[in-house]
Amino acid sequence: MHPAFSVVFFTTATGAGYGLLALLGVLGGFQIIPPDFWLGLVGLGLSLGLIMAGLLSSTGHLGRPERAWRAFSQWRSSWLSREGVASVITFIPTGLFSIGWVFFGRIDGWVGIAGFLMAGCAVVTVCTTGMIYASLKPIAQWHSRFTLPGYLIFSGMTGSMFLNALLHGFAVGSKMLLVASVLLTLLGWGWKLATWRYNDRLEIPTTANTATGLAGGTVRSLEWPHTEENYLLKEMGFRIARKHGARLRQITQLLAFALPVLLLAIVLALPWPLTALLSLLAAIVQFAGMLVERWLFFAEAKHTVTLYYGR
Amino acid sequence: MIQGPPRGVNSAPSQRPLADTRAPNEGDGVDTSPDVSDNIAKTTCYMCACRCGIDVHIKDGKVRYINGNKDHPVNRGVICGKGSSGIMQHYSPAKLKKPLLRTGPRGSGAFREIEWEEAFSIATERLSAIRRTDPKKLAFFTGRDQSQSLTGWWASQFGTPNFAAHGGFCSVNMAAGGLYTIGGSFWEFGEPDWDNTRYFMLFGVAEDHDSNPIKIGLGKLKARGAKVVSINPCRTGYNAIADDWIGIRPGTDGLFVFALIHELLRAGRVDLDYLLRYTNAHSLVIQEPGAADDGLFARGTDGNPLAWDRVAKAPVSAADADAKPALTGSFTIDGRRCVPVFQLIADRYLDESYAPDAVAGRCGIPADTIRRIAAELAHVAFEQTIELPIAWTDWAGRRHETIKGRPVSMHAMRGISAHSNGFHTCRAIHLLQVLLGTVDVPGGFRFKPPYPRSAPPGPKPTGKTVKPMTPLEGTPLGFVCGPDDLLVDEAGTPTRIDKAYSWDAPLAAHGLMHSVIRNAWAGDPYRIDTLMMYMSNMAWNSSMNTVETMAMLTDHDDAGNYKIPFIIYSDAYYSETVPFADLVLPDTTYLERHDCISLLDRPISHADGPGDAIRHPVVEPDRDVRPFQSVLIELGARLGLPGFVDEDGTAKYADYADYIVNHERTPGIGPLAGWRGKNGTAIGKGEVNPDQLQRYIDNGGFWHHDFADDQRYYKMANRSYLDFAVQMGFIPKAEPIVFQLYSEPLQRFRLAARGHGPVLPPEGDRERIETYMDPLPFWHMPFEEAVVELEKYPLHALTQRPMHMYHSWGSQNAWLRQITSQNRLFVHHRTAAGLGLVDDDWVWIESINGRVKGQIKLIDGVNESTVWTWNAIGKRRGSWGLKDDAAESNRGFLLNHIIGDQTSADAQGKRYSNSDPVTGQAAWFDLRVRIVKCAAEEAGFTEPQFERFQQPPHFEPSPDKLTFGAEFRRAREAAK
Amino acid sequence: MTCLPSQSGKKLGLVIDLDACVGCQACVTACKEWNTGGHMAPLTDIDPYGGHVDGVWFNRVHAYEHTTEMGGRTVNFPRSCLHCETPACVTVCPTGASYKRASDGIVLIDEDKCIGCKLCSWACPYGAREFDTDVGVMKKCTLCVDRIYNDNLAEEDRVPACVAACPTGARHFGDLGDPSSAVSQLVAERGGVDLMPELGYHPTNKYLPPRAHSKRAASVAAPALEPVRAEGGFLGWVDRMLSN
Repeated sequence: MHPAFSVVFFTTATGAGYGLLALLGVLGGFQIIPPDFWLGLVGLGLSLGLIMAGLLSSTGHLGRPERAWRAFSQWRSSWLSREGVASVITFIPTGLFSIGWVFFGRIDGWVGIAGFLMAGCAVVTVCTTGMIYASLKPIAQWHSRFTLPGYLIFSGMTGSMFLNALLHGFAVGSKMLLVASVLLTLLGWGWKLATWRYNDRLEIPTTANTATGLAGGTVRSLEWPHTEENYLLKEMGFRIARKHGARLRQITQLLAFALPVLLLAIVLALPWPLTALLSLLAAIVQFAGMLVERWLFFAEAKHTVTLYYGR
Repeated sequence: MIQGPPRGVNSAPSQRPLADTRAPNEGDGVDTSPDVSDNIAKTTCYMCACRCGIDVHIKDGKVRYINGNKDHPVNRGVICGKGSSGIMQHYSPAKLKKPLLRTGPRGSGAFREIEWEEAFSIATERLSAIRRTDPKKLAFFTGRDQSQSLTGWWASQFGTPNFAAHGGFCSVNMAAGGLYTIGGSFWEFGEPDWDNTRYFMLFGVAEDHDSNPIKIGLGKLKARGAKVVSINPCRTGYNAIADDWIGIRPGTDGLFVFALIHELLRAGRVDLDYLLRYTNAHSLVIQEPGAADDGLFARGTDGNPLAWDRVAKAPVSAADADAKPALTGSFTIDGRRCVPVFQLIADRYLDESYAPDAVAGRCGIPADTIRRIAAELAHVAFEQTIELPIAWTDWAGRRHETIKGRPVSMHAMRGISAHSNGFHTCRAIHLLQVLLGTVDVPGGFRFKPPYPRSAPPGPKPTGKTVKPMTPLEGTPLGFVCGPDDLLVDEAGTPTRIDKAYSWDAPLAAHGLMHSVIRNAWAGDPYRIDTLMMYMSNMAWNSSMNTVETMAMLTDHDDAGNYKIPFIIYSDAYYSETVPFADLVLPDTTYLERHDCISLLDRPISHADGPGDAIRHPVVEPDRDVRPFQSVLIELGARLGLPGFVDEDGTAKYADYADYIVNHERTPGIGPLAGWRGKNGTAIGKGEVNPDQLQRYIDNGGFWHHDFADDQRYYKMANRSYLDFAVQMGFIPKAEPIVFQLYSEPLQRFRLAARGHGPVLPPEGDRERIETYMDPLPFWHMPFEEAVVELEKYPLHALTQRPMHMYHSWGSQNAWLRQITSQNRLFVHHRTAAGLGLVDDDWVWIESINGRVKGQIKLIDGVNESTVWTWNAIGKRRGSWGLKDDAAESNRGFLLNHIIGDQTSADAQGKRYSNSDPVTGQAAWFDLRVRIVKCAAEEAGFTEPQFERFQQPPHFEPSPDKLTFGAEFRRAREAAK
Repeated sequence: MTCLPSQSGKKLGLVIDLDACVGCQACVTACKEWNTGGHMAPLTDIDPYGGHVDGVWFNRVHAYEHTTEMGGRTVNFPRSCLHCETPACVTVCPTGASYKRASDGIVLIDEDKCIGCKLCSWACPYGAREFDTDVGVMKKCTLCVDRIYNDNLAEEDRVPACVAACPTGARHFGDLGDPSSAVSQLVAERGGVDLMPELGYHPTNKYLPPRAHSKRAASVAAPALEPVRAEGGFLGWVDRMLSN
């Protein structure tokens, strides 16, 4: 699949944004974090910023963005529509929670409830995003049990990483959250490794034989219907060299998992404000790593239409 | 429900409309009944040579849609990939807009626009001077012309013998091979009996001529479960759907066929009765080595060949229907030894050198496969005979209660034609058909009228003597019967610029357009003044040895004048040849013109009856162009050519349409056969009918006559058919057409080579004539294969025509070029592996003539010693309205660059045209190559590259986007 | 509405005979020609005369080489929308632009609702949908919904353009929901197959497999040829035959 930057950035940014939002909602709701005005403003601002930037970026993928409002209508069948609806619904508790925190300085009572609702909505939204991909049968690498948990884990991981940086930034760093971030990152790492391992060993029942209905033996593409690349090949025929892919997987592991864990481990031994600086760096590095991961998520996904082209 | 029987071929129950075509009440707002067209004009397609009937739907003055005409005898409602893309041809950005006069160096593309009056006066002045002095200094060659009965007649009236169309580099081996043998030919002048055949052998045909009829026929065979066997080095196109694909080595089809004949003879599986009735198998051949008539037929006092009556034990006329002729043995008549033709056939083909085991290696076909095919042919021909319950009467008045048929049919075209041994191979296939008794019988191969004609048909070529201001005595092209008919002077020098009908190519029935540029450049046999061409891309894909050809077109003599002094060219599009012209006469597209698809030329008949057709303008030209035929008629009038002016010197015809209706070639016979006579009731012969064109238009653009049931088969000997053919003017007399298994005209050339007769070949040509003018078909190694070092050039290289392209035209077509804008060289997996090549590698393709670079694609379905590519995809930058980055000029390649246009020098240092020695057919497929992986820095682009042509004045850059059809939708939506 | 409607039982579709397809591209350009002025007009072509030409087409023909133990065959393979019974391209559509008609099963796009998110093309395993970058909407085969019911066409012409054009008669059209229809019978007779049945889209269109190298292949049970026996060999045989 063509790794369009708009979609790579969209899923990565909204993943982090909703992850952060969910954590703010839960930790706020339980009043584990203080209802500090600036923390609220920056924290909620950052998560909403990530979400808005992501959503905006996703409309760049649309041929007719002015009609995007129509996407809310088919929630009964379409995960994309559900994602749209969920993301909009999420704004309601998010608005209430934000008002409560930022304007009223409180995160208890109805604000806390709004926080829990917000977290719930954020999780649901991330699930819908994951399901968009997980539901696509023509793409075996996506249509697997790894996709949805992956989206959730990475959302939580990147969200916690940003929250950790935030708390350290406001000098209210929590060792527990830091450890949680490390654990989530390790979980993410493990999940990604397992996903890759699964994908690499994937035996896809759909072959050039079933695609053409020609039973037995080998089916080899002799001539395409066109000699230049068309929409199908540009959109779904993306190919990545094995060597190139392996390299990007290493980069992903380094940036998204190894470096952030290392940086957070160092944070444990450092005083403020270095903790803040390194935590922020870890979050940014991880975000960059996740962009590479998401790029690979698309690039390594093989659509069945490529079978018709012998790819 | 539809009333009456369904029309068109795609009318099986599974191809018809829904039983109820009322739109369901879906409520989704879809307009299921949009208005399609304001009117439907029925005319004839010209997206290739097939001449299918088309319905052109016109909406708001634009062409909305083109589909096949269900009533048309050629395509019966279907249409091919090209035909459906006619819109994009009509709206091509490469269309010429106005007459052009060269301003820069020839070949640069620098022109200025001129008015038609100036164009006419330049041409008239030049041609009139030629006609006053030496008319043969005009060479007029018309390429893919569908109006040869006009253009040939024009040349004849001008007085130049130097006329031909493109047949010499296309199909003449098939035409001559067939016409000299059975009086008809494969090509597009005959067809298998698709409805009855049970075993179909397809030799060397790609989508080319008769393409929709062949596809329709294949569909019928598939529907009936008849067996399709293809003999072709490549397993694409029609060959893909064969039940049995025989991946033969190129140029060895003749050997394969002889091995089949060998097997059939050995097993006694030939139709002796058929041979006696319809062929010269029993004619007696004089066997007197050294005599002037050795190898000619023993003839009676009436001049007819003799046979030996087994019962009377005496010579008898071979045409005597009551005789009991011998087919074997040796007889003495007037003290001279004579043997029947069939004895010679048996002697030759029963020889072990033609046994399957002897030819298998050369053909690349296992001997067992050859034996199996022979057995299958015999089984179907002799055990699955069919009989149609229709009584008919033969030429001798014998009544037959049924029509018997042997349901084996064959078809062949360029794969046979484009080799230097093609004439004899084509004859070999006809011999096989005749031995099986499958020509013009139910289930066999059938003639399309006006064929069959006598083998060979008249008339003879004219132009031996050329006089100023004097028309030729007849047509430039025809059929020779011996050396006396050649167009050579006393020294043996050719009279024609292309050396057709000379000792180089005695039976060159279609001329040698591919030799014209070289000969004119070399002044061999003489210099010409003006080369006038129409619609043939001779500076690119229609020539061999393209690089040198372009150099010859632009070469100067010592005085600084072009060696070919003046070139007039007419085409509708900015092809690679236009920039080499001095004067360009822009033609119209096929939707803007009149044409006639005439029985005098290449009609649209099918085996069940004759037909012809017209084109008529269905849209108005939006630029200053004129149909070439009308231009030629006006030029004829301005020159005062006889037949083009009335007695008072005024133009006889206003334009081509006027000519089509009012011209009479002989009294009562004109370009169109339908609706003749004052009230339009006559067919074939009849007075001029001023309403004729309208009658054609009213009938869907064509005329077709259906035979009575008893006229449909055995046309070579069917009295009812022969009478009809005489009445129509197809043949002069209702005499049977005797298949010439042994060709006496060829033997006459041999005798000349042995020193007999008044017209003798030059000493240096005698061995060649002796060898190749064999009266019985034989196989010889293709010329290039015979001279190159085979280890150095181990591969055959072929081109195939993509089904969706016609020559070079397709690349200007925005739709068709999307399907193929880069051609690959297809190489067998194992061959590639042996050379260390993998898919997508870039390679040099090298022949003794040069090298060209292209990208390979691995394939299984090809003969292992053969590589091939799609023809005419490679284009020169600046042509056809293509942009500079188009794949055609950057990654596509033209194999023509490395095909030599001459043979290697013989012992005397003479180089002949790279052609069949009998007919002059261009030997495109004799090419031998090697492929070599190119250096890394050389990959990714084709070579050789040529300078970009300048664009003609007022050519707009081709658009970056096409939204054709949006306007129809806008109009529909606005109307709502 | 992109939820699949309850169907009328009518399943209009195509049957494509791979045994007869010669790859001539007739159906491809006939489709392009009709549809570029039809319901989804235009089928835009970008860079039509340049090096990166890319147009919208509803029907494409591939060529494959199929090699089994029985031998090899070249297979020309037309590919277009299969008008599936459970088309995920419809259910994934967030706007309701993509829909399956209840009355005849045709899968269509309502262009006015399409936001060009391309998800439907991702959801289609067969590559049946092509995006028109110029208009910004997805386009696809309409099964010539503007032909098959068109009162402005002669009744005999109310078939999809590709079926009308096909010179080898390799394309068939009809109601595959009706087991007694000519197309259903053809499928039964020739062992028609679904493409990618394992994905569960239940395509309506069926493909008839090539017959060469199969038990359905045309064959001639010819005994091997034996040389004519007895006296005089072949020439003796000729004489005897003529004497009879």
